[in-house]
Amino acid sequence: MDDDRGATIRAAMEQMPHARALSMRIEAIGGGAASISMPWEACLVGDPATGVIHGGAVSALMDTCAGAAVMTVPGAVGTATLDLRIDYMRPATPGQRIRARAVCYHVTRHVAFVRATATDDDEGRPVAAATGAFTVERGPAPTPEATP
Amino acid sequence: MTRPPRRPEPVQVVKERRDAALRALVEGVPYIGFLGIRFDRRGDELTAILPFDEKLIGNPLLPALHGGVTAAFLEVAAIIELAWTLLWEEMERGRIDPAAPDMLRALRLPRTIDLTVDYLRPGLPRDAYARARVNRSGRRYASVHVEAWQDNRARLFAQGTGHFLMPDPG
Repeated sequence: MDDDRGATIRAAMEQMPHARALSMRIEAIGGGAASISMPWEACLVGDPATGVIHGGAVSALMDTCAGAAVMTVPGAVGTATLDLRIDYMRPATPGQRIRARAVCYHVTRHVAFVRATATDDDEGRPVAAATGAFTVERGPAPTPEATP
Repeated sequence: MTRPPRRPEPVQVVKERRDAALRALVEGVPYIGFLGIRFDRRGDELTAILPFDEKLIGNPLLPALHGGVTAAFLEVAAIIELAWTLLWEEMERGRIDPAAPDMLRALRLPRTIDLTVDYLRPGLPRDAYARARVNRSGRRYASVHVEAWQDNRARLFAQGTGHFLMPDPG
């Protein structure tokens, strides 16, 4: 059930200018979850003294990953972030790829609740964690009496 | 014995010093340049400006700013406001001379502990602005609130609160 929707979401992400600007790559997608990674780049550094990537770039990765996870929900045709809280647990090691994993842990008709973590090569110690609420935009209702 | 009253510094000298300090703070961070964020200064008040660019788009169909860009913009505005508040005090007391680049490099940026972003409406494909307010600034921790808008100051498109770990003194 991964395959069709996964391919559609992959194609959509390739059209997303900001995901391209950060060279994001989908590692896995489907079943209410997604994993997306991004390389370390000098232009993304937030602290020039250490070369550590800016928290904002990590947020962008986690937001994208969470949104992609929501898009795998059956019937979802669009999503937008309502609220996102990011905890920065430690500086990401400069030069290493950052990988985000997101899971929709609860989905209602209009809202998806998502958790995400970000890691570098040391996968046992997350760099950041996030929780968010996302809108779930659904296609035309299957029955005419269905109300929004 | 009383000294003769000192003449106030010429306004241009004061402005130049403050602008140099702000420039050094902002230009030191590559990611701020990557997003294209600039800062406008009126006295000690800062406004962050995010000029629209194609690469900031998240949803090309609407089109709308990427939610991650909005989060990053709020975080940059908050952290620079906090660093600027610290820098301003040091500068006004004459403890930091922005003309000496080493002094500014020694001023480390606060580190983000967490950031909560409230997305109020889609970010439109046009310039965005943000202002941050330091609600609490202690020796070790700070809490900063930040608001972002586009065409209309009263219609925020996002707001956020972040907690920050202060840089070690000295």
